[in-house]
Amino acid sequence: MDLIADHISHRFGALDVLDDVSFTVRAGEIVAIVGPSGCGKSTLLSILGGLLRPSSGAAELRGAPPAGSLNPLTFVFQDFALLPWNTVEENVAFPLLHTALSAGERRAVIDDALRRTGLTDFRAAYPKQLSGGMRQRVGIARALAVRPAILLMDEPLSALDSQTRELLMEDFVGLLADGAMGAVYVTHNLEEAVRLADRVVVLSRRPGRIREIVTIPMTRAERGAADARAPMAALQGELWSLIRKEAIDAEREVQHA
Amino acid sequence: MLDRSPQQTEDQSAEAPRPVAFRGAGFTPGGSRSAGWIALALVITVWQLAGSAGWVNALFLPAPSAIVVAIYKLAMSGALWQHLSWSIMRIGTGWIIGTVAGVIVGFAIGLSTMARGVGITFISALFPIPKIALLPLLILWLGIGEEPKIATIALGVFFSTAISVYSGVDAVPRNLIRMAQSFNVPFHAIVRRVIWPGALPSVLAGFRITSSVALLLVVSAEMIGAQYGIGAFVLQAGNLMQTDQLLAGVVILSLFGLVVGKLINLLETRLLHWR
Repeated sequence: MDLIADHISHRFGALDVLDDVSFTVRAGEIVAIVGPSGCGKSTLLSILGGLLRPSSGAAELRGAPPAGSLNPLTFVFQDFALLPWNTVEENVAFPLLHTALSAGERRAVIDDALRRTGLTDFRAAYPKQLSGGMRQRVGIARALAVRPAILLMDEPLSALDSQTRELLMEDFVGLLADGAMGAVYVTHNLEEAVRLADRVVVLSRRPGRIREIVTIPMTRAERGAADARAPMAALQGELWSLIRKEAIDAEREVQHA
Repeated sequence: MLDRSPQQTEDQSAEAPRPVAFRGAGFTPGGSRSAGWIALALVITVWQLAGSAGWVNALFLPAPSAIVVAIYKLAMSGALWQHLSWSIMRIGTGWIIGTVAGVIVGFAIGLSTMARGVGITFISALFPIPKIALLPLLILWLGIGEEPKIATIALGVFFSTAISVYSGVDAVPRNLIRMAQSFNVPFHAIVRRVIWPGALPSVLAGFRITSSVALLLVVSAEMIGAQYGIGAFVLQAGNLMQTDQLLAGVVILSLFGLVVGKLINLLETRLLHWR
């Protein structure tokens, strides 16, 4: 199943946020969206996931979702969006309660999602008892439980400290390794983009336009190797050179507002 | 640089070090239960002494012991239960009617644009009216029985409840609703599993207010026209200058309020343990 951004533009009142953004996320592909703050990255993701109606253009799907997918487009949120009154297990079960799954199937799915995210021992804990990293793992387990075709990840690591980010990035690489799921990964962190993405969509500052789409010319397995540091740093530098001036302008703009 | 011992750079000056002045004191009051109880006991002791020693006229301020005796006699004669049961019946019925209506209207205002436009206008207009002022009108409409008293309480409870419920619904984090929508969770399930628990803290805080509103209104209504009820009892005692009885009624009202407050505490710890 492909996800297509088809000439998407969006404005909030008098503010132009996105301007004619088009690209395609092919089945199993990981596309990162980077750009200076306020460039409409998260807005674009909301539009792609059907949570926001664009002012013009459309988000489209092509091809059938994989068999058994309960929610082909599934979000992972920056602030985790866990229900604080529910335990880890109940949070993971939440999107399954209104599906056609039997109780037995549901339990199996939940157990599997908890196991894949290392949460089995924390199933009875409440979100407030967990560290930020564990909370985001619950968000990921909840997403895995509905067997998505494409994960829509909205700065999933931004609320976490750098060590936890590193650990979760390793989890992401592992979870996405088999190519069964694609992802749109919104981030302001170029290192994350280079580490995870097949292609990086670079947006300009507001109103966000596609500045460039950069293909990362290494497999994800290669990027894990020790000798990959230099070429990855070079890629990061390339992306930064695309964004730097825009980021400076964007920052000044935000300070005026 | 990393291999240099950290001691090497320290204590090179001949001057004696002086401590950094501490300036972080205060602004962290701790709760001391015993201090409160001791103060209460002290006040009651002084009051009792003043009464026993004849410093104050027992007609104007009966001693605590006299109030205890009055409560005991009221309990023994059965009059206490009679008055209390009437008051509790009125409060209970009025509170439940007002709360159910308030929760329904509050949710409607919180969830529907149309209900919000209409509802907030009416609530803003009617909420500031002291509901006891409507009692005479309600008596004309509903007769002189229990209905107007219960209706007064229900009205008072309704407005506060509706306001606390819709503020609670408004305060549910939008990101949780978006999350539920992103998983295609149906509307009714979002209301039940996201909005209701999210609004619950505010709803329970509203209960605290409405329970005291109900107590205030039951006493007022009973003072205006009732044979039985704690309010009627306190008024009669005042008319007969039976100040020990009067204060016995006041103490019972205070205890009633305390018990209700404790029940709400219990409800909060049961339902909001996740906070």
